[in-house]
Amino acid sequence: MSGAAARNRERGPFGRLAWGAYAAAMDLPERPMRWAQARLRDGRLGWLFVGPNLIVFGLFTFLPILIDVVFALTGGTALLPSQRPFVGTQNLAQLLACKNYLHPSSCYDDQFWYGVWNTAWFVLFQVGLMIVFSLATALVLNRKIIGRGFFRAVFFYPVLLSPVVVALIWKWMLQRFGVLNAALQGVGAHPVDWLLNAHWAFGWTVFVSIWAHMGFYTLILLAGLQAIPRDIYEAAAMDATPPGRVFWRLTLPLLMPNLLVVLVLALIRAVQIFDEVFVLTGGGPGSATTYLVEFIYNTGFAQQVRQYGLASAASLLLAAVLLVLTLTQLGLTRWSAKRG
Amino acid sequence: MIRPNLAVLGLAVPGLAVLGLAALTFAATFAPAVAAHAAELRVMCYSDGNECAVYADLAKGFEKQHPDVQVRIDTVPYAQITTSLPVQLAAGHGPDIARVTDFGATGKYLLDLRPLLPDAAYWTREFGPVLDWMRQGPKDTGIYGLPTQLTITGPFVDKTLFEQANVPLPGPKATWDDWAAAVAKVAKATQTPFGMAWDRSGHRFAGPAISYGARYFAADGTPAVVDPGFEAMASRFVKWNQDGTVEKDIWAATGTGYRDAFASFANGQIVLYLSGSWQLTRMDKQVGNSFDWVAVPNPCGPAACTGMPGGAALVGLKGTKHPKSVAAFLDYLAQQPVYQAMMERTSNIPASASLQKASLHYGLSAAGNAALQVFLQSVQSLSPIAYHLQGYKYNQVIFNTTANRLAQAIAGQITLPQAYARIASDLRQQLAAAKQ
Repeated sequence: MSGAAARNRERGPFGRLAWGAYAAAMDLPERPMRWAQARLRDGRLGWLFVGPNLIVFGLFTFLPILIDVVFALTGGTALLPSQRPFVGTQNLAQLLACKNYLHPSSCYDDQFWYGVWNTAWFVLFQVGLMIVFSLATALVLNRKIIGRGFFRAVFFYPVLLSPVVVALIWKWMLQRFGVLNAALQGVGAHPVDWLLNAHWAFGWTVFVSIWAHMGFYTLILLAGLQAIPRDIYEAAAMDATPPGRVFWRLTLPLLMPNLLVVLVLALIRAVQIFDEVFVLTGGGPGSATTYLVEFIYNTGFAQQVRQYGLASAASLLLAAVLLVLTLTQLGLTRWSAKRG
Repeated sequence: MIRPNLAVLGLAVPGLAVLGLAALTFAATFAPAVAAHAAELRVMCYSDGNECAVYADLAKGFEKQHPDVQVRIDTVPYAQITTSLPVQLAAGHGPDIARVTDFGATGKYLLDLRPLLPDAAYWTREFGPVLDWMRQGPKDTGIYGLPTQLTITGPFVDKTLFEQANVPLPGPKATWDDWAAAVAKVAKATQTPFGMAWDRSGHRFAGPAISYGARYFAADGTPAVVDPGFEAMASRFVKWNQDGTVEKDIWAATGTGYRDAFASFANGQIVLYLSGSWQLTRMDKQVGNSFDWVAVPNPCGPAACTGMPGGAALVGLKGTKHPKSVAAFLDYLAQQPVYQAMMERTSNIPASASLQKASLHYGLSAAGNAALQVFLQSVQSLSPIAYHLQGYKYNQVIFNTTANRLAQAIAGQITLPQAYARIASDLRQQLAAAKQ
């Protein structure tokens, strides 16, 4: 008796019935697939497989980009493109009209430029500090320390939290009658207007964002550190190379591909900052923490006169920045691969 | 023997899953239509207190009279009404009825109920002035919704703190300057963090500004927000925020959008809270007997002693497939016994002319009833400018830019003259966009 027949007998009557139905169902696509293989050959068959994904990509990625361009070139408050008058580059011109780009208050749309500058400063501080802290944390967690698994989990845990939850937790800590001020008063110090002072509020948005996302980047760097062969460090130890030199000459160059990934991912994410800050400060005090995406949201959805065209034009400018960052990542990755 | 291969399995399983999902979607879409009522009315509703629950309860009476209609009240946060509803309506996918306050943003999507109502004259007689707020212009005579309440802005005061500080409550003709001085004195004597807080809203600011002479419109009727009266109140308000008389967090620490200061008042952190009559249920339930609270008449200025009128309405929406049922449901709610029950159970001031004269039995405490009487009396002292501003189609543009630009001035980001210039340019720019 063959093995298949024996297995068939072991299944019993219901098992055989279920297996038969299952096998028949599995055979259903076989005929059309054979037909497609015979007709399309290998060159075109690939399109059949990527086709569904291309349709999804076209519908949910490419089409929205096209719609965004249409909205950016039209005005009015109507949502349907057919009802929107063509205004050409008027929306872009309105956003870019400025006497002095360094002073948002001199620009026609000052809120946009507050958003641009706030985002630029945020990216600079948040990305820079996050990479430093992530690297330092990864280096520590890569060592044989007590409770290493526990600490790895602790640093990664905030990544699992919803941005709204993160922002609410910190809001309760930082508000005037919050936990932090209560602690300060407990030790006899004066309370601080953490979210009312523009500099403090900006600093806290940077800090909270780093706190929430650092675990993810630490994980990438940790994986990079663990991929570095141990024998290189053993050779360095035999040569009595000082630890600082080991870090700068061995660890950092070998970690560079991972650092590049972290840099670009962090940059893209920082440019898109919205949810945590929206809940934590609402963009205040004044416009001190109004970032670019919040400007887009306010312009398109939070005003009585919904200026979808202006919001779309700002989105296009943001997309251009993200495109440059993505191309930079691709270039750097290729350059890094060529260097070996 | 057939042996399933993995590649085929990989294609077949997702394929079957998609087919199953499609079948489920089909069933979910078409099955209820067979089983359910002939008409299902979806009502998008937000609550200040218990409004949506009361409407749902009252809808049962309507359903008994109209067994072929089912009313579903979908309770949503207020922010969804202001941000999501207009987008849904623009995309042609809104509810049948919605409870709204911003009639300008939803104006072009409103269903004219007049031809569908059995007695439109009753509506005009009872709700006449408020129906104007929902209209698109002086030539528009449509009836677009049922006013669910008339609201009046005005201050609530923590009387216990005044008594503890041994400071008398300023009289009915006291100015905002008198009140600012009094609450600062009380706050200092009782070590209360702040004298007062105003909801972060240009609507709340408008009452005091009109009292100090702001007119909001030029002689030709076009909006002209910044004038000496507006500047008089704006400069005072910014100064009070900066010297600690007003709780700065409410306006300055919020980037954009609305924020109320109820929690500060309920927690005893302020002496005076400028909000409005819609807070009565919350005051009664959440503050209760924690301290003695009273509503006081709107403080005066050189020009008036006014607050701002306002209100919400249940409006019918053009996209509905059941316009007759929408009109029938709103007409049911508008009839005096039902409307009276609605007002009494939600503790709201009626927009109906005959009920404004009748004595209603609210389920409020003695303090709540006393406060309600103060708001009812405040209706008499409302300035015509306040009514005109409330009825202006783009009033939210004025209110939003006022709040945002003054908040920037309070935060020290721009000066007051810069804020005035930006209020004027924001208004110009947004009105131009609206006309495109």
